[in-house]
Amino acid sequence: MAIFKLRVNGQTKTVDLDPATPVLWVLRDHLDMQGTKYGCGVASCGACTIHLNGNAIRACQLPVSAVGASEITTIEGLSKNGDHPLQKAWLEHDVAQCGYCQTGQIMTAAALLKKTPNPTDEQIEQAMNGNICRCGTYTRIKAAIKTAVKQK
Amino acid sequence: MESQKKQYNRRSFLKVSSLSGGGMMIGASWFMSLKPIEVMAAGEAAPEWVLVNGYIQITADNKIKIQCPNPEFGQNVMTSMPMIIAEELAADWKDVTVEMAKYDTPTFRRQFTGGSQSIRAGWNTLRNAGATARMMLIAAAAQQWNVPAAELSASGSLVSHKATGKQASFGSLAAIAAKMPVPAKPELKAKADFSLIGKPTKNVVGKNIVSGKPLFTMDYKVPGMLIAMAERPPAFGMKLKSFDAAEALKMPGIKEVFNIKVYNDDYARAMFDARTFNELVVIVGNSTWEVMNARKVLRAQWEPIAESKEMVAGFGGNKREETIPAGLESTSGHLEAMAAAAAKPGRVLRKDGDPEGAFAQAHTILERTYSAPFLAHNTMEPISCFANVTADKAFFVAPTQAPDFIAPTIAARLGIAADKIDIQLARMGGGFGRRAYCHFIVEAGVISQRIKAPVKLIYSREDDMTNGIYRPAYQVTYRAALDAANNITAFHVKGGGIPETAVHENRFPAGAFANYLAESWVINSNITIGAFRAPRSNFIAAAEQSFLDELAEKTGQDPIEFRLSLMKKAKEQPVGKNNEYDAARYMAVLELVRDKSGWKGKLDKRGVAAYFCHNSYAAHVLDLSMKDGMPVVENVVSALDCGVVVNPEGAKNMVEGAVVDGIGNCLFGEMTFENGEPQKKNFNQYRMIRHREAPKNIDVHFVQNGIDPTGLGEPPFPPVFAALANALYKATGKRFYDQPFIKQLTTES
Repeated sequence: MAIFKLRVNGQTKTVDLDPATPVLWVLRDHLDMQGTKYGCGVASCGACTIHLNGNAIRACQLPVSAVGASEITTIEGLSKNGDHPLQKAWLEHDVAQCGYCQTGQIMTAAALLKKTPNPTDEQIEQAMNGNICRCGTYTRIKAAIKTAVKQK
Repeated sequence: MESQKKQYNRRSFLKVSSLSGGGMMIGASWFMSLKPIEVMAAGEAAPEWVLVNGYIQITADNKIKIQCPNPEFGQNVMTSMPMIIAEELAADWKDVTVEMAKYDTPTFRRQFTGGSQSIRAGWNTLRNAGATARMMLIAAAAQQWNVPAAELSASGSLVSHKATGKQASFGSLAAIAAKMPVPAKPELKAKADFSLIGKPTKNVVGKNIVSGKPLFTMDYKVPGMLIAMAERPPAFGMKLKSFDAAEALKMPGIKEVFNIKVYNDDYARAMFDARTFNELVVIVGNSTWEVMNARKVLRAQWEPIAESKEMVAGFGGNKREETIPAGLESTSGHLEAMAAAAAKPGRVLRKDGDPEGAFAQAHTILERTYSAPFLAHNTMEPISCFANVTADKAFFVAPTQAPDFIAPTIAARLGIAADKIDIQLARMGGGFGRRAYCHFIVEAGVISQRIKAPVKLIYSREDDMTNGIYRPAYQVTYRAALDAANNITAFHVKGGGIPETAVHENRFPAGAFANYLAESWVINSNITIGAFRAPRSNFIAAAEQSFLDELAEKTGQDPIEFRLSLMKKAKEQPVGKNNEYDAARYMAVLELVRDKSGWKGKLDKRGVAAYFCHNSYAAHVLDLSMKDGMPVVENVVSALDCGVVVNPEGAKNMVEGAVVDGIGNCLFGEMTFENGEPQKKNFNQYRMIRHREAPKNIDVHFVQNGIDPTGLGEPPFPPVFAALANALYKATGKRFYDQPFIKQLTTES
């Protein structure tokens, strides 16, 4: 066990944990932030996508000991009132079916737009390819990303 | 007004005259305070809701809360079912909030999500619920204003009296309305007067989903809750021999390690009481990561099972004996066994005319064999269940499609009265049939009862993927006899599977051929299976609609016109009496997809397929191009006849999802076995369709015929496979017979 001070969504959180604990479980079990989802635990589905210093990463593969002073952003911190342009576009396109993967999809898309504000279809597909949606909402996700680009 | 002939469930509409707050009144995101539901209810200053009937509550300031009776797994019933009630209630949708109902089947009558039946089976009940409440609100206004109820009308959450111009909000009338007699015969709106049904309406839970609110069982927690996971045999055909918990118990955060039996040895399973392994080793600890780590050092020994026989109940209480064979099965052995079974005479399911004679006299015979592997459901949310079992009651938060199927099973296993079992119907992170089998609720209950604490049982992705309840593996052979002029003189289908057949002997093209034979066979297995989106149909449509494509080509006909000509025969001069489908509705979806896709004269790299299941009709035209040996699906045009479409926004989304799901499973979906062990354990091995492989565009059209709603979640799924296969043939010149197609695509490129 070891004490870690984490920067999460602009706040400092202190946890006392096994240093190998993935940030996914730190968020879900210890910080009561359930928006970051467990889907596979092997970085193959994207449901646990968060931002580390603005980059999309898989929280299931990031040990808490590796975070250091880096800034973590989760879906809970993406916007104050769930009104990030992507979140609004997701509602406009009524993207979700079951909804389980969608927070991870949005976090991946948000990191993409930060780096590539006006992505091509190919760039969208490339960036989003690691996020599985079992319900098959891919066409709506792509349309929503394009709408968010226009709104920015 | 339409008169209502069918019996409706008066108990659901019995009034509760007192004002009520508390238990049922928690907002849409009932996980949010992360406290037990009882604590939340007591601490909450609920507004004063009047329960007009079991589905509808109204506040004095005209807020209307509607219960969604059926579990939600992404088909968006939380929007569409309340829309039906709100339509008949004459509520303004802006005034409506929606809540997932409690598990209370006596009140809600049917809380099963499956078989594409939520809207179809709920249609009359939900309309009656809304109409009954509307009539009671009108009766309240009539009493207040001392005018005949017949002079009053309701719309936009208001009751109006045209002659005097008087208006009153539903909220101002609710308390009086709740004391009015429940009308014996609800007057339903004419369909032509619908203003909400048929209007594209956004998902009522959308905002909570995109902002990451804790909506799922996996997200649920209460103070003092422990985490449980279970070790199960590594292969089908194995069982627990012994285990040594010493090392696991030394791991940080671990509380207990013990074995459980899911069902008692003498238990006669009900139809949905599936389970793959009956004896599990459970590890209970403080946090998920700690339990996952302890699993790595748990020592367990497994041993082969012996053949056994179990009684299993079916629909209507019929019991049948199920043989569970011993042995460690492999995919190669499955393929050999299916080939051998297919070579023997099958069980005759239907025979019209003299098919044997016609085949004996045939000029040519077209014969093709199709196969598909086991599939894992792979819902994005792995299985989980919260349980808190105390001395005389049991509380669960569970991702279940079928609470009323499992409640008696839980009661029997835990020794707790059925009416003391409370199940919160959590939003499910996908279902696809998997969550109709709720042995995991029993598992969680047994664990909580043993440790005397609230617990959340979690399946890892590997647990979820390797523990069975798969879509069965199938194989089917189609044969057509042709005379010298290429007329089809007989049709033969013979199919089977492990351990369930896929032949629907009374569906199209049965009824279109004078000489017709349908046969089936099955092979027992210890690999467990369950319903998977459009069970059986999802395979048989792929095979049948591919075969018809080849048959159209062989007889020199356009694929759509060929199907239409067969359907015309079945419509005008049907052979046999038990044909399940309506040929006219079948033809209508094909004509619609033909017209919307601009089919005529454009046959390059495009395929068509149609199918009937779950009372609905679906057809797709799929266009693709080839890139680096792989198909790129450029466009899919879909035509559906599911009767009245309650919410076109959600309905289109579901059809689009079915198209993507179909392409994905057809190209990539496959579970294989080696000595009983599932060979794919996670998404790095089990290939799922991803963004890049999704169609570039999907264009969905509905037949407008005003018929009462039929199914939608499943019907668009089965014909996707053959539309893809038929388009691939146009693009590559190769027929695709064996799923997943990725194998043929990669060996030929």
